[in-house]
This record gives sequence, structure tokens and C-alpha cells, in this order.
Amino acid sequence: MAVQRLVVEQVRLALSSNQAVAYAVRDADVDVVAAYPITPQTTVMEKISEMIANGEMDAELIHVESEHSALSAVVGASAAGARVFTATSSQGLELMHEILHIASGLRLPVVMAVPTRALSAPISIWNDYSDLMNTRDTSWVTLIASTAQEVYDTVIEAFRIAEDPRILLPVMIGYDGFAMSHTYEPVYIAKSPERIREFLPRRDRVKLDPNRPVTMGTITPPEWYYELKYQQVVAMNEALKVVKETDKLLGELLGRDYEPVETYMMDDAEIGFLVYGGVYGTLVEAIDTMRSKGFRVGAARLRLWRPFPVEDLVEKTRNLEKLIVVDRAISYGARIAGPVALEVISAYYYEDDAPLIASVIAGIGQRTITEDDFVKLAEVYMRKGRDSPLYRESIYWGVRGVEVK
Amino acid sequence: MAGLRLRSIKDLPREELFNPGHGLCAGCTASTIVRHLLKIAGRNTIVVNATGCVEVSTTMYPYTSWKVPWLHVAFENAAAVASGVEAALKAMSRKGLIDPSKRINIIVLAGDGGTYDIGFQALSGMLERGHKLMYVLYDNEAYMNTGIQRSGSTPLHAWTTTTPIGKVMRGKLQPKKPIAEIVAAHRIPYVATTNVAHFMDMDKKFLKGLQVEGPSFIHVLQPCTAGWKFDPRYGIKLARLATETAMWINWEMDHGSFKVTVRVPKRKHVRHYLKLQGRFKGLTEDDIEEIQKYVDAEVERINKLVGAQVIGPLVED
Ligand SMILES: Cc1ncc(C[n+]2csc(CCOP(=O)(O)OP(=O)(O)O)c2C)c(N)n1
Ligand SMILES: [Mg+2]
Repeated sequence: MAVQRLVVEQVRLALSSNQAVAYAVRDADVDVVAAYPITPQTTVMEKISEMIANGEMDAELIHVESEHSALSAVVGASAAGARVFTATSSQGLELMHEILHIASGLRLPVVMAVPTRALSAPISIWNDYSDLMNTRDTSWVTLIASTAQEVYDTVIEAFRIAEDPRILLPVMIGYDGFAMSHTYEPVYIAKSPERIREFLPRRDRVKLDPNRPVTMGTITPPEWYYELKYQQVVAMNEALKVVKETDKLLGELLGRDYEPVETYMMDDAEIGFLVYGGVYGTLVEAIDTMRSKGFRVGAARLRLWRPFPVEDLVEKTRNLEKLIVVDRAISYGARIAGPVALEVISAYYYEDDAPLIASVIAGIGQRTITEDDFVKLAEVYMRKGRDSPLYRESIYWGVRGVEVK
Repeated sequence: MAGLRLRSIKDLPREELFNPGHGLCAGCTASTIVRHLLKIAGRNTIVVNATGCVEVSTTMYPYTSWKVPWLHVAFENAAAVASGVEAALKAMSRKGLIDPSKRINIIVLAGDGGTYDIGFQALSGMLERGHKLMYVLYDNEAYMNTGIQRSGSTPLHAWTTTTPIGKVMRGKLQPKKPIAEIVAAHRIPYVATTNVAHFMDMDKKFLKGLQVEGPSFIHVLQPCTAGWKFDPRYGIKLARLATETAMWINWEMDHGSFKVTVRVPKRKHVRHYLKLQGRFKGLTEDDIEEIQKYVDAEVERINKLVGAQVIGPLVED
């Protein structure tokens, strides 16, 4: 959890996560924003429009005619050397998919906020993480925030990560649609943007400049394509170090510390949960309740999804007997259908003393996850040993007609 | 481009910004168009290229034919990408991050598929928003890069691999979509159609397009030896025949005023244009007459629009 220290002078505002994004984009001195409205992202775009219209933010806002064009336009702007931002959710993120790969392949430091939302069909404007999880293999550094404060901090941090000359990769910041995007929380923001801008220096990089002409986005034959893609592999791996370093610098700047995997009451826990996004707050409350009854339970949350922080995760969860991974997305047809659960299981494959790992699917299309759900889940898994089928495949928690015994 | 005045071919800058050694077909007229375009635009230019023949043939990594900054992102989004480039230059020069006194041309180069069809939405959005850039459509009337498939630009009865001339269906069943007129309906400052055979007409239009404030759109007919199936030496001749038969009309819409820039006092029968091309082989006399009737109606419509007979009657020699 974030620790507060007084560093840069800050003011406390009541902001939704979407508004926190807009303030961070303003403070980061972004040059070009292109976006297309979609629930629950819309108020990000509206707030930025308002800031630009009032002269509080000096950026070009391109009112594109689709999300495909939104990402295309910021890719063009980034290639020209500008600091760029976009935001979308759900269907919009799906429409961008082709260009997600191109932004990373061109090694452009694009930053995007994704208040997450379920996917059609049937259409749902409510939350889950199906949209964000579908971008897994697009080579975007992907962070998932769990409070509006963290959203503000992470968007600022994202520009520094993306523009780090060691990696030059796009960065995506996910957070819960509605439960965060539209919920007001106290947020500390920098009183004046000067120090934020010092934290985000303008660095030179390859760009479209008539004085130094370059050809970007070539056709690349079999003799070269693989090497270029391997460079991306290296950069993504390197990004883990860059994210951790930047977390530290951000802590020194704003007084709030973040790590790729954060934990609560994990030291002596027997059963631990791993979640991501805003539901972590609910989980922490549930842990307090269970602890007060004497259960040794703990919580972890994944803040960095790509690159996947294998060592951090293992180090922080290896003493558990049981690790329950709660995913809010489904990989249809996979026995372990939770994307993060799959990753956790593979992270533990070569570890000798792995906990029993359970995959729980919950919160689909914003089927509410309450404290009580975590308590009940803990009770279920407390009773189940290695031979229980409940570890062999994902369980679908909270869906009508499916009973977990 | 700064200060360039075009009275004759002698005024064309000698500097070559498009290098030879690319992989376009022998006799491909796209390279002629690009070479002229860059002569007119000069070094202070950024090119955004849609996926297509020109893109794949000129940038085989680690080589490039481009001496100006060049960006390719995807097939359908060149207009959106260029919108971003324009916005970036605007914001960065306002903030003093780049030299604000330097005017940089932004040019989109896209094929007919990337413009009429898959790129149409991005194009319309860019035009409506009014970005200051020039969109150059090189029109070879099919998806050539993927091996000659029909596009919204393929003319009536033309053969492509997806519109064969068969026993029941005779090539493409629809005429070309009037893309330049659709663009003009967006009421942008400058729209023109031109033709690589009339290169002074083409070059002047490029120059005008770069000078106007706001978007401009230049539609260039680009005979394609591989897709139209003609002897590589006939590219320019065919382009000229397209105008002489009025299969193609060179016009401009300059701030709302319409003008045919290459008048054709005596018009040739479309047969002269069609017979040099393998893609029209196998058409019956009836098919050819249908094409002729379509062209006659177009000529009548254009003459009416201008209010004078700028395209003359059919005269057989
Ligand atoms: C989204 C997408 N769909 C299809 C393609 C395949 N494709 C590449 S180029 C091309 C045709 C290009 O045609 P045109 O724009 O007319 O340019 P030309 O090759 O004729 O110069 C197609 C269909 C692609 N690259 N991207
Ligand atoms: Mg074509």
C-alpha cells in the first residue's frame, strides 16, 4: 500500500480515477491527445477537453472518428516527436488492436489509460478485465492501478517509463471501469506541475525530422524481422528494471511507494489471494475481517502485468500453503481460464515449494465481488487439499446455476 | 517548395529525393508520380504512406528510397496518422520544441484501396477536421499489392482476380466510385484530379495543394503494367489516352470553383484506351458500348457543370 511522505507540495482533491488521469496528463505536459468517447472512458476525454478549452492545458486534441484513428493519430504524433496520450475501453480497445502492435513495434512511447470494461456480445457497459487481457501479447508495458491516487501517480510514471531510452515502449494503465473510473476518492496532485515536468525531461529520440530523415515502418524480410522482434523481447524484459527504478524515483518525488506486486498481511499467511485493480480494497477489508476471527489470510495484488514480475510474485507468495488467484477475465476453452492464474502457475512450475494455486473467475460483467465473497472463497479452499478438483480447473464464482462445493 | 514557380518543365527542381533502386515494376508509373511529388515538395516534407505497392516496394529493410522522413503505420489509417503528425508539429512549434518558423509539408500517399475503401473513414474524418496536409491518391484501380483484386475504384467491366470476365459476369459490375467529388463534398480548399501523362498539370496541382491552408486532395491516375496488363512502355501513353477518351477527366475544385484543366476538343472512342489493356480483353462489343455510354453521360454531366463544352464530341479518326 502506498506510504505517504511529504515531498513535492501537493493539494488534495476529490477526483474520480478518470479525472485523475486528466490531471496527470495535464501535469505531464502532453502535446497531443486523440480520443474517441466510450463508456466508461468518456469522462477522461471530457475533462481533458475542458482543460484545453480553459487554457489549463497546452495540447492539441484530435477529435478522431474512431478509436482505430485515435491510436493511429497518436502513433503519428509520437513518431513526429510529440508526447502523446489516448484512452479507451472495451470495444474501443478491440478496435485499436491492430495498431497496438504497431505502436510497440515502432517503439513509440505512447501512453494510454484503460478504464476496463466487459466485451460484447451481449453488450455490457460494466466492468471486467476482458478488454485489457486481450492486449496481453501486444508488447505494451501494462500497469493496473487500484486507487484514483495510484491512477494519477501511474499515468505520470508511465511517461517516464515509456520514454526511457533503454526501452521505448508504449505503456497502458488499466483500472476498474465504474468502480474506479466514476467513483470519487481523495487524490493528492502536485500543486504546480513544474516538478512533474522535471521528472519527465524531454529526451531526444529517433523521429520524423526533415533535418535527419528516417524511414519508419518498413517492410522487413525474413532476414531481419526476427531480430527486430527479439529486440522487443529484450526491451520488454528490461522494462521490469525500468519500472522498478521509476517506482523508486516516483516515491522520492511524490512520497508514495509502489511495487510490481504489493501485499497485505502476507508474512504469516497460510491462504493468500492475488487480485488486480480496485477490488484489492475490498479484499483488504475482507482480510481484516478474517484476521479478526483468527484466520491466517493475506492479500496480494498484481500492479505490473506486462512484463510479468515472476520473481517478485514468487518471493512474496511462496510461503503460502494456498494461493487463490481471482481473475476478472475468461480465456474460453482453457481449463485454467484466468489469464493471471495461468501466468502464476507457469511462474511456479520450476519452484520446488509452490503453494497450491487455485484459479477463480469472478466479477464478470461487474457481477459484484463483496468482502463476503472473499470470506466464502477462503472457507471453501481452507477445506480443500491437493486432491480436490477445485485446483484442477477454474471455478466460476457467483454465476447462477453453478454451485461450488 | 518555398518560392517555387512552375511555368515550364525547366522550373522543376533537379534535386532527386526519391532514390532509384526500388522494387516497383519496370514501367510502373507510381514511381514517376512520387518522383515529381518530392521534387515539388522539397526536403521539408514528411510522407505518411498507406500500405500498398509504393510502401512495400520502396522500403525493403534495411534499404529505403526515401530522402525525406517517411512513416508507414497500416493500410486504412494514413489520414489519421498524418492528422497526428500535423497536430504534433503544431503543438511542438507552439511550445518551442521545434523551430516554429519552418513550414513542413505533410503528405499522405495512398492507393485506391487505402482511400476509396478501407481508408475512407479515416480520410473523411481528417477532411472534416481540416488538418493542413495534402493527400495524394495514386489510383491504379485495384488492390495491386495483393495481386490485382477489385476495389471501389476499379472501372466498369474491368477484369481483376476477384471480378473475372466469366460466362455470366463480365468483370466488375459497377463503375468507379466518384471519390474526388465525394472529397470535394467535404468542402475542403483544394481538390484535383490529374494524370501522370500531363505532368505539368499534375505538378502544378501538387504545388497548389501544398500551398493552400487546410486539407487538399490530389487524385492521380496511375496506369499499372502488371494489373492492367499492358506493355511496360505504354504507361504514359495509356494515361494520355485515358484523358483523350474522357475515361479520365483532369479537373480541379479550388475553393469551390470548378474547372476542367485539360480540355479535350475532340474525344476518342474508349476502344482506343481499352484495347491496349489485357484487363479489358474478352469484352464483347456490347460491353464496350456500355462503357462508352457511361463515359458519354459523364462528359455531358461535366460539360453541364462547367457550362461549356470543355470535353468535345466523339470524333472517329
Ligand atoms: C487491415 C488490412 N487488410 C488487408 C491488408 C492487405 N493489403 C495490403 S496492401 C492491399 C491492397 C492495397 O491496394 P491499394 O491501396 O489500391 O494500393 P496498391 O497496392 O494498389 O498500390 C491489401 C488488401 C492489410 N495490409 N491490412
Ligand atoms: Mg491500387
